[in-house]
Amino acid sequence: MAAENATPATGRRLAVLGAGVMGTGIAALAIGHGMAVSLADLDRRRLDEAPARIDHQVRTARLMGALPGGREPGALVTGLSLADLMADGTRFTAVVEAVTEDPDTKAKVLADVSALVAPGTPIISNTSAIPIGELARATARPAELVGTHFMNPPCLIGTVEVVRGARTGEPTLDALRALLAELGREAVVVDDAPGFVTSRILHPMINDAARVVAEGTASAESVDRLMQGCLGHPTGPLRTADLIGIDNLVDSLRVLHDRTGDEGSRPCALLLEMVAAGHLGRKSGRGFYTYEYEGDQA
Amino acid sequence: MTMSSDRAVPGPLGDEPDVETGLLRFLELRTGRAWSADTDVFGSGGLSSLFAMELVVHLERTYGVSVRGADLQMENFRTVRRMTDLVARLRRTPADGTGG
Ligand SMILES: NC(=O)c1ccc[n+]([C@@H]2O[C@H](COP(=O)([O-])OP(=O)(O)OC[C@H]3O[C@@H](n4cnc5c(N)ncnc54)[C@H](O)[C@@H]3O)[C@@H](O)[C@H]2O)c1
Repeated sequence: MAAENATPATGRRLAVLGAGVMGTGIAALAIGHGMAVSLADLDRRRLDEAPARIDHQVRTARLMGALPGGREPGALVTGLSLADLMADGTRFTAVVEAVTEDPDTKAKVLADVSALVAPGTPIISNTSAIPIGELARATARPAELVGTHFMNPPCLIGTVEVVRGARTGEPTLDALRALLAELGREAVVVDDAPGFVTSRILHPMINDAARVVAEGTASAESVDRLMQGCLGHPTGPLRTADLIGIDNLVDSLRVLHDRTGDEGSRPCALLLEMVAAGHLGRKSGRGFYTYEYEGDQA
Repeated sequence: MTMSSDRAVPGPLGDEPDVETGLLRFLELRTGRAWSADTDVFGSGGLSSLFAMELVVHLERTYGVSVRGADLQMENFRTVRRMTDLVARLRRTPADGTGG
């Protein structure tokens, strides 16, 4: 685990918590830009699969010309907890949490992180919808918490939504800007609110697209083809849903619905049925579409 | 790598008829239309560039090669002939375990 192959002291190192869709994607982005990564997940299976998934994403990004040339990939260390990864004295440039979109889970993880890392280390939440001000209550130093909504796949989407909580400090934002510049991402900084900008707009729209399919108005293919062909959406809302992961989509919609009361954000029956059936999108090989490779690759 | 010891000395680049036929079949199955060995698969009306990684995975799983480092570029996957050339070259050069 951590102690055997960590390279502490010099260089920039990102800690990433959660080795799911986004945790592995963010790790791939950092590694592809030459930054070392320490990755934690309490699910041993996720952790064991992570190196191959990250490698797949780094290679995809390289193939697409989305990574800077001539840079050695950063090293990857994995562990079951942040405490494990820090046991040998490793310190981090920043910590990104990308654990399950559940307010209680995130609060607990963020409380642990702020108790463990050195003061002054930016703590970044990749939440899709939970207000940063709400999460900040769980941390020891609210000024050091900032939201950064990487989109999936992080290596291929150049813009990130940065969420400034009411208590987020200017030094934290500056450190984050420097980190994102190093990772070749363009930051758009917005204020705090449930779902911020992108999820507030996108998630209810995907929910509606699923309702259209459930009501029998059109197939998923037709919905996506219309949204692509007529409205310029890059992949269509239901392909996007499969890419996000239907379980995460439902979690984020619940967060939005609980905090805004907007009925358009109440997860529709079809999405709930898909989660119950394990049709989670690309990550499970089946969602609105079926996928031959992604189920076991990335 | 798996390569039988009595295999003939490989011919010039691209001389892998089974690979070429296999790739044409794979593309046809995946896209529902016929392709020729020299058609730009990512050209207008062709495949999304994201499909390139699927081609990489397919080559690796089907032909026992590993595509790493500088070989990971779209130009190598643009036509069936180029993919066939790549497989031929990678089969001749044993993986050295580096790259990435
Ligand atoms: N999927 C997307 O497209 C997307 C895009 C932007 C943001 N997000 C957000 O990113 C976060 C992660 O989403 P995801 O899609 O990767 O989810 P996921 O379900 O794929 O992965 C979540 C991971 O967190 C792990 N985890 C749970 N509790 C943990 C803990 N206490 N400590 C360590 N690991 C823990 C789980 O084992 C799992 O591997 C969520 O907040 C989500 O809303 C997702």
